[in-house]
Amino acid sequence: MTAFTNYFSDVYRTFRSVAIGMSVTMRQMFAPVVTLQYPNVKKAMPERVRNRLYMNFDDCIGCELCAKACPVDCIDIEVMKAPPTENLGETSTGQKKRIYVTKFDIDIAKCCYCGLCVYPCPTECLKMTDVYEFSEFDRNNLIYNFGTMTPMEIEVAKGKVKQNEEEQAAKKAVAAAQAAAAKATAAAQAAATPAPVPPSPAVLAPQPPDKDAQTPPKAE
Amino acid sequence: MEFITSALENQILLTVLNAALPLLFILPYALVTIYIEMKMAAHMQNRLAYMQTGYHGTLQPFADIVKLLQKEDIIPTAADKFLFILAPYLVFVGTYASFAVLPFSSAYAGSELDLGIFYLVAASSLVVVGILMAGWASNNKWSLFGALRSAAQIVSYEIPAALAILGVVMIAGTMNLQTLTSLQSGGIHEWIIFGGTLPLGHKLALIPFIVVLFVIYLISSMAEVNRTPFDIPEAESELVQGYNTEYSGMKFAIFYLAEYANLFLVSAVAVVLFFGGWASPFGELMSGPLWGTFWFVTKGMLFVCLNIWLRWTLPRMRVDQLMYVSWKVMTPFALLCVIVIGFILVL
Ligand code: SF4
Ligand code: SF4
Repeated sequence: MTAFTNYFSDVYRTFRSVAIGMSVTMRQMFAPVVTLQYPNVKKAMPERVRNRLYMNFDDCIGCELCAKACPVDCIDIEVMKAPPTENLGETSTGQKKRIYVTKFDIDIAKCCYCGLCVYPCPTECLKMTDVYEFSEFDRNNLIYNFGTMTPMEIEVAKGKVKQNEEEQAAKKAVAAAQAAAAKATAAAQAAATPAPVPPSPAVLAPQPPDKDAQTPPKAE
Repeated sequence: MEFITSALENQILLTVLNAALPLLFILPYALVTIYIEMKMAAHMQNRLAYMQTGYHGTLQPFADIVKLLQKEDIIPTAADKFLFILAPYLVFVGTYASFAVLPFSSAYAGSELDLGIFYLVAASSLVVVGILMAGWASNNKWSLFGALRSAAQIVSYEIPAALAILGVVMIAGTMNLQTLTSLQSGGIHEWIIFGGTLPLGHKLALIPFIVVLFVIYLISSMAEVNRTPFDIPEAESELVQGYNTEYSGMKFAIFYLAEYANLFLVSAVAVVLFFGGWASPFGELMSGPLWGTFWFVTKGMLFVCLNIWLRWTLPRMRVDQLMYVSWKVMTPFALLCVIVIGFILVL
């Protein structure tokens, strides 16, 4: 008898569950859509979201703290100390710039968005933005060149640095020569000794210009 | 029929045109149904489906077809080439041949065969042969499994379906689908689901049994088109794609088209058998050859939508459950109903 009633209750339960299922799907048909039409509609990002790095090159003082902080070494900076006479301007935070930054590359493909480079920067020129759509077909396009110095400017800067160094060396040489001459005269006065040869100026071989250092910065 | 006959004298051209008319319906119908199915499925899952191609993605079915057409048509090296190529066409022919007897309106049915519904059941069985052929010729275990399951399923479910059809034929007293529809053209109360044109007492006694028969037909028709919850021949999770695993490009498109055509076919049969075919629900109001087509297609599409609704609601059945439902539940119920209907009609 139970088998008999089970049979009919199974049939009944089948229809009941089908009806329940159908009513659920029918209700869902008119329920609001939960997906977004992604490329057209975007989800609002949280306030402190960490996505693509933004770098304000104008404020960089070339301290390299960010490059040292980066755990994956994806910031590549090359710097050159400027002659003290050169006025490189000030950052927006009022700090005087003393260093030429000839290269400032961030390999965003390696970046892990940890944000560790943002905090040490003394002039707050690194920032994490909410931009997350920057895929590229060529991996090399993901190396962002933030440096704004053109190869010509770099050459000029190098020239100035070299000139400054030569001047310094010459000054030193002159000072040394003077000192030596003074010594010599003192010595000559003491005994007739030959004057010492003045030391040659410090040789500073001109560095070859960096080939890939200064491609124009990428458009944001 | 008459309007074509009067327009054309050439007998061969007339036959070809007559045979091609359902195709003119099937192709746009398939595009529309693909669209409806995707949209319904998406909204049931709180998604939007196609949105990019055309207004709300209306051009997407065309894009799908173009994509299928330009895909590489692969024939596996180990496949039986002849059978492999033949199978999709056979499946489509089986479905298309059944369209011949469907009365699209009072003025058009491909063929007003006296054995209409009998022919339809027989011709649509050709689909099984095509599916078996596809599975066997693919030389792939998944395909073969799918094909064998499909054969077992369709053969099992044809029995309750045939019994349900038998019940209707007993009430109407004809197998000619055109006549069957004409019998129901007096308005909604004369539809067979409401007892046809019989006297009121008979009607009231018959209705519960006819409704049971209708439900049985609906379930078995879903099984015959291999759609969820009866999609074990395709069972993506177990059998990759079942019998059409190895098919690609145009041949796959034909399988796809045949599946959708078959879906309309079984819905149309349900409409003709139980819901008055091309007959208007308001009797004389809004009836006529063109209105007839309208009613026929509308009712058919309603059942297609019901099928889609069920497909995206229910999970797939296990093979043994499938056999249980067919042999132990639906067949006895259908037999019982047929016997009772027979008694009521005699009384
Ligand atoms: S966010 Fe992290 S990984 Fe990226 S550049 Fe800064 S320190 Fe390096
Ligand atoms: S920490 Fe800031 S100022 Fe220093 S090098 Fe990096 S970006 Fe420039």
